[in-house]
Amino acid sequence: MSTATTAENTQEKVNYLNVARGIKSWLFTMDHKRIGILYLFSVMAMFLFGGILALSIRLELLSPGADMMTADTYNQVFTLHGAIMIFLFIIPSVPAILGNFALPIQIGAKDVAFPRLNLASWYVYIAGAALAIYAIIAGSVDTGWTFYTPYSTQASGAVITMVLAVFILGFSSIFTGINFIATIHKLRAPGMTWYKMPLFVWGLYATGIIQVLATPVLGITLVLLILERAFGIGIFDPAMGGDPVLFQHFFWFYSHPAVYIMILPGMGVISELISTFSHRKIFGYKAIAYSSVAIAFLSFGVWGHHMFVSGQSQYATLIFSFLTFLVAIPSGVKMFNWVSTMYKGSLTFETPMLFTLTFFFTFAIGGLTGIFLGATATDVHLTDTYFIVAHFHYVMMGGTIMAFFGGLYYWWPKIWGRMYNEAWGQISALLVFLGFNLTFFPQFIAGTQGMPRRYFLYPDKYQMLNVVSTTGSWILALGLVVMAVVLIHAMKWGRKAGKNPWGALTLEWMIDSPPPPHNFEETPKIEHGPYDHDKVLVKPDKYSGEA
Amino acid sequence: MSHGGDRPAFLQHHFSDAEQQRESAKLGMWIFLLTEILLFGGLFGFYVFFRAWNPEMFINAHEHLNRVLGGINTVVLIVSSLTIALAIRSIQLNEKKKTMWFLATTILLAVVFLVIKYFEYEHKFHLGQLPGQFYTYTGIEGTNPHIFFSVYFAMTGLHGLHVIFGILAIGWVLWRTKKGEFSAEYHTPVEMVGLYWHLVDIIWIFLFPLLYLIG
Repeated sequence: MSTATTAENTQEKVNYLNVARGIKSWLFTMDHKRIGILYLFSVMAMFLFGGILALSIRLELLSPGADMMTADTYNQVFTLHGAIMIFLFIIPSVPAILGNFALPIQIGAKDVAFPRLNLASWYVYIAGAALAIYAIIAGSVDTGWTFYTPYSTQASGAVITMVLAVFILGFSSIFTGINFIATIHKLRAPGMTWYKMPLFVWGLYATGIIQVLATPVLGITLVLLILERAFGIGIFDPAMGGDPVLFQHFFWFYSHPAVYIMILPGMGVISELISTFSHRKIFGYKAIAYSSVAIAFLSFGVWGHHMFVSGQSQYATLIFSFLTFLVAIPSGVKMFNWVSTMYKGSLTFETPMLFTLTFFFTFAIGGLTGIFLGATATDVHLTDTYFIVAHFHYVMMGGTIMAFFGGLYYWWPKIWGRMYNEAWGQISALLVFLGFNLTFFPQFIAGTQGMPRRYFLYPDKYQMLNVVSTTGSWILALGLVVMAVVLIHAMKWGRKAGKNPWGALTLEWMIDSPPPPHNFEETPKIEHGPYDHDKVLVKPDKYSGEA
Repeated sequence: MSHGGDRPAFLQHHFSDAEQQRESAKLGMWIFLLTEILLFGGLFGFYVFFRAWNPEMFINAHEHLNRVLGGINTVVLIVSSLTIALAIRSIQLNEKKKTMWFLATTILLAVVFLVIKYFEYEHKFHLGQLPGQFYTYTGIEGTNPHIFFSVYFAMTGLHGLHVIFGILAIGWVLWRTKKGEFSAEYHTPVEMVGLYWHLVDIIWIFLFPLLYLIG
């Protein structure tokens, strides 16, 4: 190595990580990339917390009797597990971490439209998280994460504090949504037409639409719940002429679309990964883009399927069943497009691709079992059994979180400028795949056999399935620990990454890893589409050549 | 970043020109206002359900709201929307003094609104026309008249909070106008606060007939 290059190497380039140092430079940053990192650490801390709660639930269910906690504690633990995983982990995970980091770069912008609002959304998130944790100390909550009335208005515990925390978190979600929509509309680089936007951006756009349309409805529902609990206004209390089922209608009017707030960005991630690792132009770009928007709009018409057994009219049930089936169409369109992209592609199986394949497998199971639940006859049998638990874990964890993990591995070299260890990454992916399926597949069987959800004790005949499930949960946990070690190790000690380790064509791979403070030295020129692997060949450079 | 000397101070680094910055702010604000409408939309939904379930009680109960005070408040808010629009016009013409006067008048009208609202609330507290379990009034026929007041206080209460927040926001742009931060060239925050204030006005224009007038 010549002396000239050595000198160049020792003088590190200015990037967003080293441009300023110290805790203040992080807490007051307006850089979307740094805000993404702030979210990364805070959201992952919540994931760790929620995960520990999950393990303790599984441990309790290892045997039919009461082993390590009381029934009350058990109720609190599954409530907290649900509330934390939904409101503090899955909803912000992909948009707030990966979206914040990648979206502006992918459309050739220097930042999001409202950097200050972006930072504010993180502080609001922290405030909501702090309040949620305070609620645990101040008496905890055992209502289930859905806060169904009338129980939630009467139960003891810190329900108001927890509901207030969720209300505040809603603002964080709305701020992010507003920011992304405005950014996508107004800050695209010249030449970045709507149909040249990466599909991840389309996914986040559709997500933004749901975030701003659905979250306020949850907000007002929660406000009324607080008023009901604090002042007894009677809106949900049947004894006072109110209607508890109305709460469910309003709650699910948000919370069903919220399921798509979780999955759409994940689908966006998958679209990126599938094209990159198939080294092939994505099949049916427009179909994938439009199906995201279609899912966003359909998501508002299906909330009633959560209430097939709530006593709503059979006509309502019929209509909701039909509308629910409709969502399968755009989801199917995506699935077929992804599979067609792989067809005749030259696939490579780096870690992000392994998570993508896991996503296909688990999300397909999650989607197909959704049809069991959308059909009213089978739903009546399966409602409130472990089948439901298995189904939504397959959709949320098997869908969103697998995509999120794939995305983390995919963008990790870009975020930190260092490569992770590929072999260990693959091992973590396999462990997660095995552990996940071992944990949740037996729950489908237990559910069809009639094991109810949320129960603390169960008859002996379900024990075998629960033992398998709990064993799976430990393999899953091991996989996640390995993943954490691989990623954390890469942050500091990984080999220096090149600009474009995967040979991808979206804009973030055209700039340095880690990116410079303002993303682009000059406004980028859009010379090709995000997936034109048939026209452009970029040589992947995993390592920047330095040891 | 140095982009040459022609970048005005108010232009943030990630926008390429003032137009783009203004358009982004506008779009963001409109989406935010949409979320506000949906927030109230939930309450309108509740109103619809409870009215459908108890049509007669709603008719009987609404007679107990003071239409005159509600009407005056409607006029007050409409005028305040006019004054804030005039404030925006003034700053576009670089008339700083006038802008401040119009903004101050808007705040004054907002306070008038709240004072009138206070007397309305006070009267209802006195009579026991309160939401839910606190309802003690006996003069309204029909089932569960307390529900009407639950809806009334929830809707007007949330609206009142928006008025208070509006006063703070208008005060904030008034202060910035005084410091000379705005001009014909840059006055986006004044416009945005104006949009917000119009929304507060419009929501009241829906609340007033729904609660006070429809029999």
